[in-house]
Amino acid sequence: MATLNVLILVCLGYVVLLFGVAFAADRVAARGGGKWLRSPLIYTLSLSIYCTAWTFYGAVGNAARSGLEFVTIYLGPTLVMISWWWGLRKLVRIGRSQRVTSIADLISSRYGKSNTLAVCVTILAVLGGTPYIALQLQSITLSFSIFAEADPTGLYREGSSVFWVAAGLAVFAILFGTRNLDANERHHGVVTAIALESVVKLFALLAVGIFVVWGVAGGLGPMMDQIDASEIGQWHVDAGRWTTFIFLSAAAFVCLPRMFQVMVVENDDEGHLRTAAWAFPLYLLLMSLFVVPIAVVGLDLMPEGSNPDLFVLTVPLSLGNDWLAMLSFIGGFSSATSMVIVTAMALSTMVSNHLVMPIWLNTQEGTASVSGDVRTIVLMARRVSIAVIMALGYFYYSLSGGGAALASIGLVAFAGISQILPALVGGLFWRGATRTGALVGLSVGFFLWIYTLLLPGMEGGIIPASVIENGPFGWGWLRPQALFGIEGIDPMVHTVMWSLSLNTIAFCVASMLSFPSPLERLQGAQFVNVFDHSVSARGWTGSVAQSEDLMIMTQRILGTIPAQEFFQAEAERQNGRPGRLPEPTPQFLERLERELSGSVGAATAHAMIGQIVGGASVSVEDLLAVADESAQMLEYSSQLEAKSAELSRTARQLREANAKLTQVSKQKDAFLSQVSHELRTPMTSIRAFSEILRDAEGLSAEEQTRYAAIIHDESLRLTRLLDDLLDLSVLESGQVSLNMDDATLNEVLDRAVSSALAGSDRKIGVRRVRANERIPLYTDLDRLGQVFINLISNAQKYCDADEPVLTISAHDVGGQMVIDFIDNGSGIPTEAQSLVFEKFARVGSDKAGGAGLGLAICREIMQRLGGEVAYLPGHAGAAFRVSLPLAYRQAAQ
Amino acid sequence: MNSPDDGKGRPSPARPSLFLERQGYRRRRLADAARLLPFLGAALLALPLLWPDESESESAEALSLSSAMFYIFACWGILILISVVFGIAARRMAARENAEPGAESWRR
Repeated sequence: MATLNVLILVCLGYVVLLFGVAFAADRVAARGGGKWLRSPLIYTLSLSIYCTAWTFYGAVGNAARSGLEFVTIYLGPTLVMISWWWGLRKLVRIGRSQRVTSIADLISSRYGKSNTLAVCVTILAVLGGTPYIALQLQSITLSFSIFAEADPTGLYREGSSVFWVAAGLAVFAILFGTRNLDANERHHGVVTAIALESVVKLFALLAVGIFVVWGVAGGLGPMMDQIDASEIGQWHVDAGRWTTFIFLSAAAFVCLPRMFQVMVVENDDEGHLRTAAWAFPLYLLLMSLFVVPIAVVGLDLMPEGSNPDLFVLTVPLSLGNDWLAMLSFIGGFSSATSMVIVTAMALSTMVSNHLVMPIWLNTQEGTASVSGDVRTIVLMARRVSIAVIMALGYFYYSLSGGGAALASIGLVAFAGISQILPALVGGLFWRGATRTGALVGLSVGFFLWIYTLLLPGMEGGIIPASVIENGPFGWGWLRPQALFGIEGIDPMVHTVMWSLSLNTIAFCVASMLSFPSPLERLQGAQFVNVFDHSVSARGWTGSVAQSEDLMIMTQRILGTIPAQEFFQAEAERQNGRPGRLPEPTPQFLERLERELSGSVGAATAHAMIGQIVGGASVSVEDLLAVADESAQMLEYSSQLEAKSAELSRTARQLREANAKLTQVSKQKDAFLSQVSHELRTPMTSIRAFSEILRDAEGLSAEEQTRYAAIIHDESLRLTRLLDDLLDLSVLESGQVSLNMDDATLNEVLDRAVSSALAGSDRKIGVRRVRANERIPLYTDLDRLGQVFINLISNAQKYCDADEPVLTISAHDVGGQMVIDFIDNGSGIPTEAQSLVFEKFARVGSDKAGGAGLGLAICREIMQRLGGEVAYLPGHAGAAFRVSLPLAYRQAAQ
Repeated sequence: MNSPDDGKGRPSPARPSLFLERQGYRRRRLADAARLLPFLGAALLALPLLWPDESESESAEALSLSSAMFYIFACWGILILISVVFGIAARRMAARENAEPGAESWRR
């Protein structure tokens, strides 16, 4: 006889075994080994946390009450699994590429990272999950009590055992669910342990089934006869319940947080779905194969009024097969524990990520928090959440008293969690689904679920009986179990039909009426077209390959030598083997990220490392952050560009100024050498002739006079030259003062002609049209006269015609007074025309003895007077044109 | 057929084929089958709703539970078998796709 103490010992031993398995698996996974840990088999087995104690014990109970209806709970998931190709595959791909950590996270990231939605889903999940956990606690307690009844010696108190079971499960979940904070949220230890548990529960149920069919009924044939002869022996199924439950279980299979955790979050390789698509339905088939035989035999064997939910346990026990009963107990225990652990883990992730952390970060706003700091806070939050969730389950159990109300709580939880379905499916397949739509749909479904199912189902009358019968305020069409006056539907079917259909309608309508934010639209496109945006998920690549990838990337960013130094230092720090690449441990990755973020920005570094290590694609949020960083860099570089343009502009200006200075200095040098040359020629002859006068004896008076005349001429020339230079320098420096006066052109020309021709032996003939010359002037008459004298004497000097004639004509051209001086000589050669106004420029030989400054002075004077003097090409002789603006004349009047 | 028209009979090698090559075609039909499978399953599992029920009809003999069990488990088994076949085919296709990166990707 298996006593209660033996049972407890077996239980504890089993738990220790699970601990060992989980611990070992974690160790193996941490070392990067253990390929079998990531095999499709482990994945398939981990999915079987779908089969909780409710299905382990409850399926038989359900079959004993209503025949084959129990099978609907398994058929729904089967349909989901065989449609993996367009359903789960997409979900898993999105989960991996978006680094989703829970169903709440998935919904929130699909709808533009809305935390409001995440909070809604989390609350829904906790509300639905708590009674479910209570149900598991109840099943464990019930199975304990069966053994306690059979063992009168044992001291057994129900309340304390529930407490200890809950505490033990919480410790297990905390130990293995929150050991580390992995970016991928994968827990190899827990997954392996629940895979083992699912083998145990399948084995236990099969063992009991085989025992019942072949040990009790005596083979398949007799068993079938016995089934047909039993009270449930005829096909009787309510069509509404049949279809509703198949649909409901299919929906819950996808939406339940614990299923999402093992199916999507813990998924290592998309290819595992291929195997799970048939292996998991097979598992479900095996689980349900012997349910009806056990129920029929139980109904036959057990006394009237015994709980059919516990037939799996009581049938072997009553037949004296204690070890089988023990095995069956362990099977039920496994179902309950694995479900509770994974649920607690999944819910704690959601609670900590979407409830605790946002609040904590808000309170911490402004204080700089380092990354390690947040890590410990997150882990702490998860641990506390697990404890709180388990406590909630415990309190729910103690408050509800573990009565019959718990029997249907599994389906109630299913109906609640299924309210996520429209938002989830819409989010995966419809780009037009919006955050508002999801929120509205979810709220409608959630409210209807509470109003039509949860509250009326609760004992103790939270809703008064009058409301259930007549509706609130006597409005009959709002009766919780007969909405819109449609009566006679099974309450479960009623709730599922109304809540999900109205949820879907609200979701669609609100989606169509609202307009999504840009982030939401991007995320929507990424989700719906995930197969276009993400590469097929890579299988597991060895850690060394990852290190190599990291090394290559780091080299590109930091440069070869710094990257190698960094990796070597890291390898040395890790294991003292500097020659090898370091393992990509979280600490190393964190340091590397920090190192890289110095070069490329934090978000970019994070995205790059995530790409290599996680195999996950970059999310939109990452991209936005990267874009922000690049925008900052662009702005900085454009600032630099502007500065550098300014610098080069300044440099160009400096260069130009320098060139000008050099040119001016050259001009000055040339001018000086010209001047000294010009001075030297007369000085030489003066010196020579004065020396002759001083030293030579016996010079005749005539000779003396001639030499003295030469000296006199030369000194005159010198004086003239010096005068000219002085004049030019005064004009050029702009210090000349003009004596403005009134006169007519006629007078000025008269004076200039007479003084230019005075004292000349061979006078040039001057031709003028005096009638045109009566133009009044207001200018510096002496200076203008100087220009005229210069031009006339030049003509006289240089005109080589036999009968030299100078024509002076004045006229009015376009508002300017123009005076042309044209002679009948051979003129100035074309190549010299541009040079005549330069200083010391002389045309031909210096027979005239001028210094070559005259025209330069003329040009300066005319510029001072506001006019100009220019050579007039196109005439036979030399032709100069002097122009003065008439404004000067008008100013005088 | 009578006129010796050379240009018509031969496919010109330069023009890309209007139809997928055999492999690609097979892949797509396989994906179609995968999409249809859940509908087949749903239809098979909805069929029991048409069976005579013990409560509603006196004339027709209600179906025995053992036969009902046999039917449902048989359907279940068939669905699993088809799923196995499809899983194997999908694995092969995926392997081929990895082997020849230029091949038409088999995603949808």
